[in-house]
Amino acid sequence: MDPIAAKYIGAGIACIGMGGAGIGVGHIFGNFLSGALRNPAAATAQFTNALIGAALAEGLGIFSLVVALLLLFAV
Amino acid sequence: MANPIDPIHQFRLHDIAGPWNIAGYEISFTNSSLFMGIIVAFVTLFLLASAARGALVPGRLQSVGEIWYEFIHNMVRNVLGNEGKAFFPLVFTIFSFVLVANMLGMFPYFFTVTSHVVVTATLAVFVILLVVAVGIARHGLGWFKLFVPSGVPMAILPFISLIEVISFLSRPVSLGLRLFGNMLAGHIVLKVFAGFVVLLASMGIGGIIGSIAPLGMAVALTALEFLVAFLQAFVFAILTCVYLNDALHTHH
Amino acid sequence: MSQSTLVVAQASTTEVPAPAPAQGGAAPATTEGTGAEGGHGGFPPMDAHSFPSQIFWLVIFFALLYLLMSKVALPRMETVLKNRHKAIESDLSKASALKRETEAAIQHYEKSLADARANAQGIATETRAKVAAEIETERSALEKTLSAKLAEADSRISATKAKAMQDVNEVAAETAAEIVSALTGATVSKEQAAKAIAGLKG
Repeated sequence: MDPIAAKYIGAGIACIGMGGAGIGVGHIFGNFLSGALRNPAAATAQFTNALIGAALAEGLGIFSLVVALLLLFAV
Repeated sequence: MANPIDPIHQFRLHDIAGPWNIAGYEISFTNSSLFMGIIVAFVTLFLLASAARGALVPGRLQSVGEIWYEFIHNMVRNVLGNEGKAFFPLVFTIFSFVLVANMLGMFPYFFTVTSHVVVTATLAVFVILLVVAVGIARHGLGWFKLFVPSGVPMAILPFISLIEVISFLSRPVSLGLRLFGNMLAGHIVLKVFAGFVVLLASMGIGGIIGSIAPLGMAVALTALEFLVAFLQAFVFAILTCVYLNDALHTHH
Repeated sequence: MSQSTLVVAQASTTEVPAPAPAQGGAAPATTEGTGAEGGHGGFPPMDAHSFPSQIFWLVIFFALLYLLMSKVALPRMETVLKNRHKAIESDLSKASALKRETEAAIQHYEKSLADARANAQGIATETRAKVAAEIETERSALEKTLSAKLAEADSRISATKAKAMQDVNEVAAETAAEIVSALTGATVSKEQAAKAIAGLKG
C-alpha cells in the first residue's frame, strides 16, 4: 500500500476515537441534567464536578485527535 | 493547498529578534514570545486598571476584575480549603495566562500561544512537579502512600498500585495535551471552514451562494471556540487545584 | 520530524554567531519546504526546533506574570475588596446601632406612657376614695342627726302614750266610782276603784 495513503487512512481511523469522547461527554451532561431536574437545589454545587468529568472524558478524545494530527503532519 | 488558506500556517513561528543562542540552544524572540509578553502586559494592566480606583461601587472595568479575582478565589477556597491560600496567586496566574492566551488567539492574525504543545506541556509538567514537591514537603515520604490505597486485599495491591502510578503519570500528559488539542483542533477547524468559504466563493455565482453555509458554520464555531477558550482555561485551573488537593490532603 | 530539524539544530550549534541573521531566515524556510512536500517536520506545533526558545520565554514570562500578580496586582485587588467588605460591615453595624437606639427610644416612650397611665389611675383612685370618704362622712352625719331626731320623736311618743294611759286609768277609776255609787249608793273612793281596776287588768 502507498505509505501516504496508509497514513491518511490511519489518521481517519484514529479520529473514530473522538466519537467515543463525544459519547462520554454526552453521558456526563445528560446524567447531570437528569439529576439536576430531580434536585435543582443541588445542581449548581455539582456543575463544577460535571465540567471536570467532561474535561477528563474529552481529554481522552483529544488524544486520538493528536494521534491523527501526528499522522497527518508529523510522521 | 495554497498558502493563504493553509490551516497550519497560523501556527508557524518566525523570529522577531535573534536568533540568539544560549548553551547551544536557540532562544530567538519569536512571535510566540511576543504574544506571551502581550499576555503578561494585558493581564497586569487590566487588573491594575480595574483596581486603580478602588471605588466602593464598582464600575464596569472594576466589576470584571473583581469577578475574575473572586472566581479563582472561590475555586481555590472550595477545592483546597483554607490551606490553599498560599497557592492562590499561582492558580490565578495559570488561569489568567491560559485564558488570555486562548482569548487573544481568537483574534485574526494573532498567534495562539497555547496551540503549541511545548507550552502546554511545560505548564502541565510544572504543575505536576509542584504537586510532587508540595506533597513530599507536607507529608514526607508518607505521601507516596497515595499510590497504595488502604483496604485493598494484598493479592491485588501491586496491580492497583501500578494503575495508580500510571494514572498519576498520565496526569501531566492529559493536562497538557487537552489544552493543546482543544486549541489546535479548534483553530484548524475554524480555518478549514473559512477556507471552504474562500474556495467556494472563487467558483462563481453558485459558489458564492453555496459559501453561505460554511460561513454560518464558521460564525457558530467562533462562538463555540470562545466558550472552549474559557472552558479550557477553567478546566486547567481547576485540575491544578484538584491535583494540588491530592498533595495537601492525602487521605487514601 | 526529525532529520531535517536535527540537522538545522546542529548547524546552529556549530556555526555560532557570525552567519546568524541569514540562518534565522533559513530555518523556517527549510521546514516550510519540507512541510509542503509531505509533512516531514512541517507541523509547527510539534517542531522540536522551536522548543528551547518557547520554553525559555514561557518560563521568563510566566515567572514575570507570577511575580506581578502575587506582589502587585492581587494585593491591590484584595485591599479593594477588603475595603468594600469593611465599609459594608461598618454600615451594617451603624444601621443596627441606630436600630437599637430607635428601639430604646420606643421603649422609653412606652415606659413613660405606662407611667403616665399609672399616674392617672392613681389620681383617679385617690379622688374616688376621697369623694367616697366625703360622701360617707356626710351620710353618717346625716344618719346621726336623723336617728337623734327619730329617738326624740320616739321618746315623745312614748311619753305621750304613758300620759294618755295615765289619763285613761284616772277616767276609768272615776267612772267606776261614779257607777258604783249610782248603782249601790255606796261611796267608793277613788283609790279603791283604781285598785279594783288594776286587779281586773292584771
